[in-house]
Amino acid sequence: MSTRLAKGGRFLDKGKPVTFTFNGKRLKGYEGDTLASALLANGQVMVGRSFKYHRPRGIVASGAEEPNALMNHGAGGTFEPNQRATTTELYDGLQAGSQNHWPNLEFDVGAINAGFSRFLTAGFYYKMFIHPRPLWKHVYEPFIRQSAGLGKAPKEQDADTYEHFNVNVDVLVIGGGIAGLQAALAAGKSGAKVLVIEQTAHWGGRAMVDEPLAEGRIGGAPVDKFVEETRAALEKMPNVSMRLRLMGAGVYDHGYVLGYERLTDHAPTAAGPRHRLWRIRAKRIVTATGAIERPLSFAGNDVPGVMLASAVRDYVVNFGVSVGDRVVVVTNNDSAYLTAIAMKKAGLEVPCILDARPEGGGALMQAAQDLGIPVETGKAIAKVKGTRRVTGVAICVQAGEGAVLKEIACDAVAMSGGWSPVVHLWSHCGGKLTWDTGHAHFRPDVDNPPRDDAGEAFVIPVGTANGAMHIALALEDAEMSGRAAAKAAGHKPKPVATPDVTSPQEAAMEPVWLMPQGAPYELRMKAWLDFQNDVKVSDVQLAAQEGFESVEHAKRYTTLGMATDQGKLSNINGLAILSDALGQPIPQTGTTTFRPPYTPISMGAIAGEARGAVFQPIRRTPMQAWHDAHGADWEPVGHWRRPYAYPRSSESVHDAVMREVKNTRQALGLLDASTLGKIIVKGPDAGRFLDMMYTNMMSTLKVGKCRYGLMCSENGFLTDDGVVARIDEDTWLCHTTSGGADSVHGHMEEWLQTEWWDWKVYTANVTEQYAQIAVVGPNARKVLEKLGGMDVSKEALGFMEWKEGEIAGIPARAFRISFSGELSYEIAVPASQGLAFWEALMEAGAEFGAMPYGTEALHIMRAEKGFIMIGDETDGTVIPQDLGLHWALSKKKDDYLGKRAQERSHMADPTRWKLVGLETVDGAVLPDGAYAVAEGTNANGQRNVQGRVTSTYHSPTLDRGIAMGLVLHGPDRMGEVIEFPGVDGKTYKAKIVDPVFYDKDGEKQNV
Amino acid sequence: MSEPVSALGGVTWADGIAQIAEIGPQGMITLRGDFDDPEFRVAVKNAVGLDMPGQRAVQMSGENTLCWMSPDELLVLCPYGDVAAMLAALTSALAGHHALAVNVSDARAVFRVTGPYAREIMAKLTPADLAPDAFKTGMFRRTRMAQVPAAFFLRETDSFEIVCFRSVAQYMFDLLKTAAQPGSEVGYF
Amino acid sequence: MLILHCPYCGVDADETELHAGGEAHVKRYGPGSSDAEFESYLFVRENPKGVHFERWRHANGCGKWFHAARCTSTLEVFGTYSAQTTEPPQEIKDKISAKRPGWSWREFA
Repeated sequence: MSTRLAKGGRFLDKGKPVTFTFNGKRLKGYEGDTLASALLANGQVMVGRSFKYHRPRGIVASGAEEPNALMNHGAGGTFEPNQRATTTELYDGLQAGSQNHWPNLEFDVGAINAGFSRFLTAGFYYKMFIHPRPLWKHVYEPFIRQSAGLGKAPKEQDADTYEHFNVNVDVLVIGGGIAGLQAALAAGKSGAKVLVIEQTAHWGGRAMVDEPLAEGRIGGAPVDKFVEETRAALEKMPNVSMRLRLMGAGVYDHGYVLGYERLTDHAPTAAGPRHRLWRIRAKRIVTATGAIERPLSFAGNDVPGVMLASAVRDYVVNFGVSVGDRVVVVTNNDSAYLTAIAMKKAGLEVPCILDARPEGGGALMQAAQDLGIPVETGKAIAKVKGTRRVTGVAICVQAGEGAVLKEIACDAVAMSGGWSPVVHLWSHCGGKLTWDTGHAHFRPDVDNPPRDDAGEAFVIPVGTANGAMHIALALEDAEMSGRAAAKAAGHKPKPVATPDVTSPQEAAMEPVWLMPQGAPYELRMKAWLDFQNDVKVSDVQLAAQEGFESVEHAKRYTTLGMATDQGKLSNINGLAILSDALGQPIPQTGTTTFRPPYTPISMGAIAGEARGAVFQPIRRTPMQAWHDAHGADWEPVGHWRRPYAYPRSSESVHDAVMREVKNTRQALGLLDASTLGKIIVKGPDAGRFLDMMYTNMMSTLKVGKCRYGLMCSENGFLTDDGVVARIDEDTWLCHTTSGGADSVHGHMEEWLQTEWWDWKVYTANVTEQYAQIAVVGPNARKVLEKLGGMDVSKEALGFMEWKEGEIAGIPARAFRISFSGELSYEIAVPASQGLAFWEALMEAGAEFGAMPYGTEALHIMRAEKGFIMIGDETDGTVIPQDLGLHWALSKKKDDYLGKRAQERSHMADPTRWKLVGLETVDGAVLPDGAYAVAEGTNANGQRNVQGRVTSTYHSPTLDRGIAMGLVLHGPDRMGEVIEFPGVDGKTYKAKIVDPVFYDKDGEKQNV
Repeated sequence: MSEPVSALGGVTWADGIAQIAEIGPQGMITLRGDFDDPEFRVAVKNAVGLDMPGQRAVQMSGENTLCWMSPDELLVLCPYGDVAAMLAALTSALAGHHALAVNVSDARAVFRVTGPYAREIMAKLTPADLAPDAFKTGMFRRTRMAQVPAAFFLRETDSFEIVCFRSVAQYMFDLLKTAAQPGSEVGYF
Repeated sequence: MLILHCPYCGVDADETELHAGGEAHVKRYGPGSSDAEFESYLFVRENPKGVHFERWRHANGCGKWFHAARCTSTLEVFGTYSAQTTEPPQEIKDKISAKRPGWSWREFA
């Protein structure tokens, strides 16, 4: 049984007991515990079931590398799955639940899979479920979906908040162990702006546990004194910032780092955001990320109670928790002896240390033996006894094939297969690795670093993360690199005295990738590599045998390292097995790619503030609140929301649209047209410039007049349209589509800045300076005359003219332009008085039948008049010639954007589909986007096509369906009936007609 | 004649870690021209009463502020009621020069974020370096704040003035409130 | 996440302030040009692995277009310069030569 010891636990505040629940059971812990240490303190070693075979699984590690102890946390809006118990700080009221079992943790139906494990080998799903095909969708997939997955997806909206934070620093130190602190001190003393971040809640890292056990000293004092003094020195420096619970999640190009700060995970009732994503720009990044211990591969290494040796001593030293009364230690290196020493000193039994090395270890072995702990060298574990809990181990010689020498009763196993530097952050941006034969691990190849914008190395690994495995080396490395980082960031480096370090030298480790080395299949198929994804030694060997020789292929075939822990424990062991199977050295096999984030980070942190009301910007006109109060049904147009229609109570949206069209045509309609782009173009060369921008001639436009213009891209395609007004001799005002204001302004600036930079033209986007209101209908003039101000008579302000003055006492610019075919004024007033003007129009217009109308009525009225709409009749492949807009293409100009492209053979092809009107034979509405079919079929057996619908509406004016479309030789086929099959199975017949359905001679707008 | 109304009618909020206020109506003029032309500089000085700001800088004096927007663009901040007269002065002084002066008072919204955590609130929303030694009074920065373009400067220590487009004023206000929520002090700057 | 120095406003701009504008120094061909010339203008691009010249706009900033010379494979930036030129300045070319001897790009080397 694991239990709480009477003494020990440097992280605990025993004066502050905490109550939490696990699978509904109330348990007790202390402030300072992690969920994992508290579970162990309560005897709960088994914490979940494995992914594939549903084998019982226990806590293996004590940190971010934990593969098994994944929990559901919380409930409702704070529910979150897949939280690692080892990195969850305990708090009062924590609700945790284990995952991946049914009906409960102790008895699980899925465990039956384990009985078939011989058949569930690598690639099983690929091989098994491919045939017969039809069974996949209805039988296999539902079954696999049911049994797959770990935690459950949250059902409610996340109740927490999140945010981002941007900082720029000279030197970012990732990792707050002794190397990180020392590097920060060196960089800080050199004057650099330093940020030190540590993912846990404590400074000092591994050395705080290991060095006291090894009786290592820094500057003649215990390590904690050094850590405290260094921390205090850093705290005092104004140029250094220190943050706990902030993990370096990813390193990106040009010194960009994402940091993941967990603010309230340990204090969920505190105010403020739960997580903060730090977006850090650093000139240099020092990775002091330490190393992770590797498991050993022996049969039954996944039985609850088998743990990393480092974790076993962490639980004793940091949390005062013993994982078992009798702990067998198995190792290939000296560090695991510290575990035996820790257990013995805590009064627990270590029946045996199995050291796979024939010669055993060095000073630490001696220290353990001095404590009376038996050491067996050259020995290994043949298999672990027990299912839900370790009951003993069978031991054998490492050199052999697993013949059992004897069995030892125990309730926990502490294993150590050596240490792998945490190279993730070094590698994220392309840092290469080198194989260190002495330690049998990959460490950063400092000659092939990730490089910044100047081509210099910008990540500097230090300490154990750099393969400096002894504390003295680590401190020296850190001091030197901290200085170097400050220097590279432009500061004068100042050395920091490296204190004297005494700590036992370790004897050489010996790589052990399989235990015993000659283990037969029966043992190998019980020797786990990836605990979370249930990948065994035999699976990787099978993958190699089946030809998956690339490490990336083998990974995907076996799923090794693809679980949420991303193979922190399994990758090196797995590729050592793969290399062995392929008969090649490990460096030749290489590693899989390390990708951010280092451990999973919350989706909320990534989204930051962007949710709810600020998920994305919504642009509002000055009259937005009025529209909202008058029942507007909204339509998104770019980031704007425009009223689609204003349905009245009990009126459908469709009926509202019909009413709005009729009322505008018969009386008076008001449209909020503020979203239309408005760009001022001014200068001696402005006319010449606009002649290039537009297909029309704009330089000849008279002051006071308006002209409808088309804009094309250099590809010749129609991109925007709008009315251009000439304001004075060298100033024009260009109206754009609602969605196009920013892009058209950008387009103009691009040409001015990058092609015709010697032309004297200035532009200004004044879209939002004005509220613009279309006053439309037979009564339009009456309402304006009633409001009083400028003369808006036909004589004073003719069609396609504009005039400046005042209306209703508000400064206004009135444009006599019409997109509906009715008598129409577009009036621009200062945005700050837009609402007042709109309300004045509504009030004065009441007697003339004024009603607001929305974008759909606008669309219908323009379609009745045969006016094109950018985005309906155009889709980026349509040129003005397709739309019968030849009249807008100036023949007098040598050049305009798109002119050359429109001369290309494909653009001049007479078989391009051309714009026509379409009238259904029975008056129905054609389906939007429907294609007109032609005789015969194409190579794919589909009907040939000869045209498509671009806009289609029910016209209340004509009381029938009208449409526009692009049709092969359309303008030459007037009166012909063509067929449009709908997705509803019906075929619609429509007659090709002139696209102008209403008031062909334009008599209504020109009154 | 109705009274001009700013985008959010001068809304304020102080329930978080800083005070947030929409200010205005604020007079604003976009002015483009040749900064190297001495006559342009004189015209600006005479009309606005301020010297030309250096690159990414502001000149502040009395009620007028002159902001450097780009190598050929300035933004004048002045009392709303002064815009017409100042525009007229600029237009006449720059007659015959290639220049553009246009009223943009109503095209923008202006916010003020005040308090010891103002810097941190801003740093939550913009990638610009806002460390006290990197962004000081007298500097002007155009950048993005979350998903919209914005420009800002320090009116005084701990008091940022932010200019954004009028249509996104509500977004900006909501954004600032979110970034200033209670308990969200970073404690970094 | 690149950082590029905007030569117009002097900001070391975060990529999120910038808008990429494709290849630099493309010569415009208009009416009267041959099909081959027009094709080169509209469609033919270098897409190199290595030294490249690009157009960028400081969109969330001063709004100006500028040019950047950089390495597409290492993301090393050799320099940024005015967009109002038809060829890279000699100083930029020298910098590239120092770092990537023997480089060439279109007609430049």
